[in-house]
Amino acid sequence: MPDGKPATSGGEIGAWEMVLYRVSKWLRSPTPYLMLVGFALFFGAWFLLSEVFKVWRFASLPGPRQVLLEWINPHPVYGLSLYTPDYYTHVWSSLRRVLYAFVISTCLGVPFGLFLGWSRNFREFTFPVFETLRPIPVLAWVPLAIVMFRADETPVIFLTTLASFYATALNTMLGVQSIDQSYPRAAACLGASKWQIFRHIVIPGALPFIFTGLQISVGVAWFSLVAAEMVSGEYGLGYVINTSYVNVQYPVILIGMISVGIVGYASSALVRLAGDYMMQWRVRELALGGGR
Amino acid sequence: MSEAAAAVAQHAAKGAIRIQNVDKVYYAREGRVQAVSECSLDIRAGEICMIVGPSGCGKTTLLNAIAGFHDITGGAIYLDGQMLCGPDKPKAEPGPDRVVVFQNGSLFPWKTNLDNVAFGPVVQGRMTRKEAAEKARGMMADAGLVGVEHNYPGEISSGMRRRVEIVRALMNDPKVLLLDEPFRALDSLTKSVMHEALLEIYYRNKVTIFFITHDLEEAIFLGHRVAIMTTRPCKPKKILDVDIPHPRNYSVLTSPRFRSLMEETVSAVHEEAVKAFEAGEKEM
Repeated sequence: MPDGKPATSGGEIGAWEMVLYRVSKWLRSPTPYLMLVGFALFFGAWFLLSEVFKVWRFASLPGPRQVLLEWINPHPVYGLSLYTPDYYTHVWSSLRRVLYAFVISTCLGVPFGLFLGWSRNFREFTFPVFETLRPIPVLAWVPLAIVMFRADETPVIFLTTLASFYATALNTMLGVQSIDQSYPRAAACLGASKWQIFRHIVIPGALPFIFTGLQISVGVAWFSLVAAEMVSGEYGLGYVINTSYVNVQYPVILIGMISVGIVGYASSALVRLAGDYMMQWRVRELALGGGR
Repeated sequence: MSEAAAAVAQHAAKGAIRIQNVDKVYYAREGRVQAVSECSLDIRAGEICMIVGPSGCGKTTLLNAIAGFHDITGGAIYLDGQMLCGPDKPKAEPGPDRVVVFQNGSLFPWKTNLDNVAFGPVVQGRMTRKEAAEKARGMMADAGLVGVEHNYPGEISSGMRRRVEIVRALMNDPKVLLLDEPFRALDSLTKSVMHEALLEIYYRNKVTIFFITHDLEEAIFLGHRVAIMTTRPCKPKKILDVDIPHPRNYSVLTSPRFRSLMEETVSAVHEEAVKAFEAGEKEM
């Protein structure tokens, strides 16, 4: 960090100033340009393989030009583009489900993980069950989910919540276990009660791991959402992908896939931002260490 | 001022630790370990007592017993005549009358330096946040820590962090400060600055200091007395009265008396270090 600004100016630095500083620093670094080059290479390769040279096996794949034209077509051939309200209904239903699932899995997963890490007894009787359930894939839960929740929305949300919950709970537990023993000891020395230690030491101490967990959790939520939507429901991006396959509308599949990618990227970026906001101490430490 | 002087006098009368025939046995992978055996030591109120011994000799075990992190398996420890732990109550309660400053530092990285220092009185419910912040600011200023109140510990130098941590401990008006090799991770120049800073803080606060180290020079420079411990089981092998008058500063290091005290003790320490080395140095 050449100018050492945020670390040594000493006084209070607002969260916003910090964000602005980081954005301008980011724009001056090669990172955003490398990112663009990465995307250009990816789409260029796809374009060349599928549309220009029509390489074996890629020939049947819709090319990026074809997908893009359909996506921004006011009168789409297959009836779905940025100009059709249906598109937004699909995006919104998926987004809403992920949001529900993310909120539920966070509200359940964080406290559960905190107790797993904090109480040995609790861990000993719940963790084995937890670890047995965790490897069962979301798709294996589909029949049960449909039997248990007969409505349209709830089975999808249940399936989406499941995998997110595991990621959040497990990372939170590891977060608690990662806390240096001297912190709770120091707090006890300073007169903190057990509950105060939990509040002032265990929760903030586990926060970096919790946010790692939450980032995995949103990613996994999108992942399992699409799987769940392919099986049930009548809206959503997963549904779009599945029905387009059945109806042989290949460009629409790609529109669905890319949409999931973009919304998914945005949602984990939001979680990352929230994490930075809540962990200023960490952001500043990393800035000082010359990290990102 | 007279009030402050009275407070100092009152303080000096508190914080005597009596360690009486303390035993500590624990079971590790290598089997039964007698970490402390028949250890007796009287630490006077208001003195700086340095505990010197090779790494893994069991001195930290002793500190953990006083602080209340571990139980003892025999004997008793008293603070100002009151039993902290003993036959009926093998583990002491940790509390703000005996605050530990840890080897690797334990400032909470997610709290600003000011919030760290104010932590004790707030969680004990003795002060409101505002009052505690006020007092913390004053104490930090006394210790030369101005302008870092709103920084996080990760943003300041390691020497400063140690000072913040000591101030955090003193915020609670402890009877005893338990220092577990607090300057071990510092480079030798920072260390020498910290020694003087610690003495300065001590002259102002006059608490009893129980200071673990394996650095003999540090021990003689700071301590009223230096207890050289045997290695596993840990008990005092030799207790040295450092008759160099306080207040001290770094010129003491070159004085002939300092040299002769070093000579007097260095062989005893070396002997234990060799023993520890041969037993296979194990950090606990």
